[in-house]
Amino acid sequence: MTDTSRPGVRDEEILSLEGVSLWLSGREILHDVAFSLRAGELTGLIGSNGAGKTTIFRVILGLETPSAGKVLFAGHPRQRRSKSIGYVPQSIGLDPDVPLRARDLVALGLDGDRFGIPLPSRSRRQLVDEVLEAVDAQGFADARVGKLSGGELQRTLIAHALIAKPRLLLLDEPLASLDIRSEQEVVGLLAKIAKAHAIAVLISAHEMNPLLPVMDRVVYVASGRAASGPTEEVVREDVLSALYGHHVDVLHVHDRILVVAGKDETHHTELERTRTVVPRGLG
Amino acid sequence: MFSGFMVNAWIVATMVAVVAGIIGFFTVLRGSAFVAHAVPQAGFAGAAGASLIGVSTLAGLGTFAAISALSIGFLGKRGRHDAVTALTLVFMLGLGALFLSWSEEYASAIYALLFGEVLGVSSNQVLATAALGVVCIAAVVILYRPLLLTSVVPEMAEARGVRTHRMELCFLVVVALVTTMSVPVVGALLMFSLMVGAPGAARSFTDKPLSALSLSVGISVAIVWTAIAASYETDWPVGFFVGVLGAVFFIAGRGWVAWRRSAAGRVDSTGHLATGPMQLATATGMNGEPT
Repeated sequence: MTDTSRPGVRDEEILSLEGVSLWLSGREILHDVAFSLRAGELTGLIGSNGAGKTTIFRVILGLETPSAGKVLFAGHPRQRRSKSIGYVPQSIGLDPDVPLRARDLVALGLDGDRFGIPLPSRSRRQLVDEVLEAVDAQGFADARVGKLSGGELQRTLIAHALIAKPRLLLLDEPLASLDIRSEQEVVGLLAKIAKAHAIAVLISAHEMNPLLPVMDRVVYVASGRAASGPTEEVVREDVLSALYGHHVDVLHVHDRILVVAGKDETHHTELERTRTVVPRGLG
Repeated sequence: MFSGFMVNAWIVATMVAVVAGIIGFFTVLRGSAFVAHAVPQAGFAGAAGASLIGVSTLAGLGTFAAISALSIGFLGKRGRHDAVTALTLVFMLGLGALFLSWSEEYASAIYALLFGEVLGVSSNQVLATAALGVVCIAAVVILYRPLLLTSVVPEMAEARGVRTHRMELCFLVVVALVTTMSVPVVGALLMFSLMVGAPGAARSFTDKPLSALSLSVGISVAIVWTAIAASYETDWPVGFFVGVLGAVFFIAGRGWVAWRRSAAGRVDSTGHLATGPMQLATATGMNGEPT
């Protein structure tokens, strides 16, 4: 068992996937995926819908067992059901009438798996307040969760995961339903958390540009294969063309990176959507 | 109104109301109102079957309630369990109809299983109800936090190691227990309305989980007491009053929410700007993006 309360050491390898392949009902969903995540680093798991991002999350969470390869957590085989991994799903399908305030949801992250009704305690309240402050959520701490905006709910869920002192934080498409301002707030917050608490943060996204300013590493996924490393070493024409199996162009437009299929391969010479980096049909 | 046989009625009905208010809080939270409808109906079939073969109706009720709750839990393991719940409901109602057609009981005894016979409770029933009630409340006190966690963020609970399906089964067993204690008293249909009406109303009045739970108990007791008193005075069925009062409280809760929202809206329109960062940022996004 690993000690969850121990503060992480910067650059310590928290999680590594080695040659992970996964077959589900006769189809190869993941092929030879390998990457590692370090304490204090923010990594983007980038790929279009269906590329295998969610499956990689399920493998890390222990909800899928790889057909081949290893998943190591802090150097040891990954144990199922561990509090050391915090997970924030893309949507939680919240009933707007649930009688629960943001602070209650965060407190459930602390001890929601324990038995009994919690007694009011000053230290518990203090801890909840501290984490609410860390995600800049004091302003809506006493609001009903059903009334929160997308960005506010996202920050509350991050606090819910963070209060259990995880060493690895996984976020599934946290930016998908956010407007640009909340997007920047959440991204900045996650980068701050990774550094301040020395935890490894893995964010999945179909669009890498919002993450570019803060991303230490990228894991780029296409058709169940992955390339990983520092952004400038991975998001290159040769690497991504090899990953996709045909030529793609990597265009730098101001501070943004656009990945487009080459002319010869498809007719998708225009971008499908202004902010989409991966043309449809390639993922 | 408070003498003789009525004393037992008050005691038992109060216990049922308290327990229904507590379990109902989680029934509504977990979106399991339909389950709370199906399990008591199954209990009704079990009681009819038990009286047919001459064993204790409470045992028959408990067995059938537990079987139906667990089948809903196991067969509905993947995702939503409304289809499985519906099938359990019609299957059990069918069995109940068959048992009734074989039985030579008076129609009034059957009627009591559906609508309760709160005005004719025996002292033995008081004891049995109290014992089952204590078990149910203890179970909810122990499981309070995991139940809340798995109701609100099931995926996050699963990821951190809470066995959500096991928690669901525990909850369904508690629903079966509550059914067993309450159906002989308030009947299968009324149990359902207590378990949904009171907690459904309570959550409109407060944002805090424990306050909502307490309020749910309070409303449930208020409904039952008022219904018994009104039934005693008018000689109309208790069931009528319980059903109507449940609906009245629920609608009052919705009205309260709507009134507060409109009051808050007036403050926003006269005071500071109601537009959040949401709209502002979306506008920037539209204009700031190249097309």
